[in-house]
Amino acid sequence: MRRSQAVAIALVVALTAGTILLLSASGFEVSRALGALVRGSVGSWYAFGSGTLIRATPLILTGLSVAVAFQAGVFNIGAEGQFIVGAVAATGIALSLGTLPSLITIPAMLFGAAIAGGGWASIAAVLRIRFHVLEVISTIMLNFVAAFGVSYLVRGPMQEHTHVYPQTETITGAAQLPRLAAGTRLHLGFLVALAACGIVWAYVRFTASGFRLRTVGANPDAARSAGQIDVTRVTHRAFVFSGALAGVAGAIEVSGVTFALYENISPGYGYTAIAVALLARLDALGVIGTGILFGALEAGATAMQRDAGVPSVMVSVIEACVVLALVALGRARIAGGRSSR
Amino acid sequence: MSIASAFLEATVRTATPLALAALGEVVVERAGIINIGLEGIILSGAFGALVGATHAGAWGGYAVAIGAGVLAAAIFAVFAVWLRADQIISGTAVTLLAVGLTGTLYRALYGAAGAALTIPTTGPVAIPGLSRLPVAGSAFFDQPAVTYIAYLMTAAVWWWMRGTHSGLALRAVGERPAAAEAAGVRIGRVQFGALVFSGASGGLAGASLVLAQAGTFAENMSAGRGFIAIAIVVLGRWQPLGVALASLVFGAASALQFLLQALGLALPYQLFLALPYVLTLAALAGVAGRVRAPANLARVDDV
Repeated sequence: MRRSQAVAIALVVALTAGTILLLSASGFEVSRALGALVRGSVGSWYAFGSGTLIRATPLILTGLSVAVAFQAGVFNIGAEGQFIVGAVAATGIALSLGTLPSLITIPAMLFGAAIAGGGWASIAAVLRIRFHVLEVISTIMLNFVAAFGVSYLVRGPMQEHTHVYPQTETITGAAQLPRLAAGTRLHLGFLVALAACGIVWAYVRFTASGFRLRTVGANPDAARSAGQIDVTRVTHRAFVFSGALAGVAGAIEVSGVTFALYENISPGYGYTAIAVALLARLDALGVIGTGILFGALEAGATAMQRDAGVPSVMVSVIEACVVLALVALGRARIAGGRSSR
Repeated sequence: MSIASAFLEATVRTATPLALAALGEVVVERAGIINIGLEGIILSGAFGALVGATHAGAWGGYAVAIGAGVLAAAIFAVFAVWLRADQIISGTAVTLLAVGLTGTLYRALYGAAGAALTIPTTGPVAIPGLSRLPVAGSAFFDQPAVTYIAYLMTAAVWWWMRGTHSGLALRAVGERPAAAEAAGVRIGRVQFGALVFSGASGGLAGASLVLAQAGTFAENMSAGRGFIAIAIVVLGRWQPLGVALASLVFGAASALQFLLQALGLALPYQLFLALPYVLTLAALAGVAGRVRAPANLARVDDV
């Protein structure tokens, strides 16, 4: 290990330890907080199923979205915004199809959300391909625009009928994903997320299209000259594919957990997704494991805030430290270089 | 105050933190580094300003903010300069770290009630003579002191990059690192120095949000200004004067909501809140393909 690596890792450890020390210095009981963290995430079957796995579902899907994009050399950090527009589309569809059976409504919601998320990501794709705008900036700008858009919708045209709360009407039972078992809040969306990982894994590994995606990510110039690959098209497809996955995550959150559209429908899933994808080393199946890990952390952090008063935003520190540790170990990079003009 | 001068005053006020942050980023990018962590630097500065101001007055707030910004920039530098790690991932992590740390510390130190709404702030200081100029006079020359620092810094960075030996070394590192190294320039040191400067100016930008605008701190109050500042660097074509002008354009976009409210237009307020972000996209689309970034900028060929 190089000296600089050792220093970087020491820095990450110091940051983590420093946060814990600061918390205990400001009067929080660390042991009680850690106890709550464990109890709230893996302490019981109920906590695991109705806490951890529920939080893991959107993280697996958004993590998968980020992993697909990064593999193609697309730095999409707009999963947050694509998640939001997916949630908007799903809610809109659910509210207008209210009386139809689940078998029509729920697939329509997922499909609509995929189109909305893919379309939203497509804006960043066109900006990069036609106008050479770095997607890091454009996707973040689009996240803000999406968040303000929801804020407008739930206070304006989509607000519930009493016009008191900044949220939409509750979607009907037909638009809600079924529970996986009695006595748990875990819904079918978790299995959808697992299936999506399997499909993406097989797509990237076994299909020609998936191979082109990886090739463009690894070396766009070689893909163009030696592989006769239409780099522009593959890049655009990666944006749309990635956005669609994040959009589906938004639909599942509405259909399985919140049952209505709120202003802060995502507590930053799209940003946590970056850590989820990097820790899985962009592997579609690996995302399942890292998604559950971060789901446990977030569920535990919620319990920690409730029982020990420790701010749940502390999870962001842990996530940042994980990413920095991976960077220090040389394990975090997006595939290959960026495409030249 | 007339509507026009109120609009101009709000333009300059909201442009100040953007200009400060973007000037730091210009120096960093001319040294071949792109720092997405700028957002985190501004947020660290804002929180530092709160802590400093509650304990040692407004000027203490500025001092602590600069320290906090430099610290955040130094963490980024360890990974991006020393380890030569992916700058975008490192920068994203630094921003995430700042969001988590400032949020956690804010709630730990100030509790659920939040900070007092009245911390010591710095009010406008009129410059004799200049502030009496018609319309634009009070807008540009009756501002908090930190705005004047932004003016001075624009001129200083312009002069330094263009007219000094060390400024030339900085540009050489960003354009032709191999040539710079052969000429005896220590690349790592130049880049580290550039990041320390941007940490200070980004911290100051955060401080101006707290001490010259809001008068209090809120979680995530940087609200994407770091990313907008990076876009401003592109729009300003990596030139300090261009960056100052581009900052004013964005300030105007934010100030538009005050103007339209004053005119009594009943449009949804979210439209105005979203305007700077939409403008960033539109402006980048118009400019990004036609400008040339420093040759060695962070494996980023298509900003």
